[in-house]
Amino acid sequence: MMPPWLFWIFALLMLVFGAAVVINRNPVASALSLVVSFLGLSALFMSLDAFFIGIIQVLVYAGAVMVLFLFIIMLLDLRAEKLRRINWITSAGGIAVALAFFVQVSYVVGHLKSASQGFLPLPKSTGDDVRNIGLLLFTNYNLPFQIIGVLVLVATVGVIVLSRKETR
Amino acid sequence: MVTLGDYLLVSALLFTIGFAGAMLRRNIIIILMSLELMLNAANLSLVAFSRFHVDRAGLPNYNAQVFVFFIITVAAAEVAVGLALIVALYRSRQTTHVEDINTLKF
Repeated sequence: MMPPWLFWIFALLMLVFGAAVVINRNPVASALSLVVSFLGLSALFMSLDAFFIGIIQVLVYAGAVMVLFLFIIMLLDLRAEKLRRINWITSAGGIAVALAFFVQVSYVVGHLKSASQGFLPLPKSTGDDVRNIGLLLFTNYNLPFQIIGVLVLVATVGVIVLSRKETR
Repeated sequence: MVTLGDYLLVSALLFTIGFAGAMLRRNIIIILMSLELMLNAANLSLVAFSRFHVDRAGLPNYNAQVFVFFIITVAAAEVAVGLALIVALYRSRQTTHVEDINTLKF
């Protein structure tokens, strides 16, 4: 576990840049804020001793997915949005639903008995958690793993079909 | 001391930000980014629960981390398909603004 002030710094970094994703008008600025938000999230994963998940987060999200987003933004040549007339009723409704969700979750967390407990120290280090996750993945979760493989294959074929130029 | 509740509340806040983004923004790419934020908020609470349940061998519960691995894989596939759909949409309509796409609107 990391010291509490480090946890709060990374949590704040993640939340501020997550809000910047929503607030920014320019799609490129949003995508770059999303990268910083994911880096903060990966630091939080590492603070929970989940090093493998933290590394995967950086590689897959901050690497692959964000390159895809930026590539599409450049390809479509999107500029900053023009100011359109804001529909205040739908905006207020969206904010109200989101806030209602947050109030519900914080109520549940507040009444959860184990929520006020800290984390027990680990007797061993989790330095070999790649091995442990791999063992679990190829024994208990072998069938879901293969299904995921088929899913990725279908997604790849679907992307190629969708982005092909139509020939009549 | 950082408790489990702190992690859960931070995760709930991140989910709320993503949810508000998906409801408020009208640019379809930003909506896709907000979906990613929500998925990652769920991942954070899963990993927090995984670390909270230390098993008899003194290791965190790895089932949740395998689940997070699956979520990340599915999310990556989802982003690829979603962006391909956006490109196909932009080709036929020259817009990424959801209010311009109202053919099916009642």
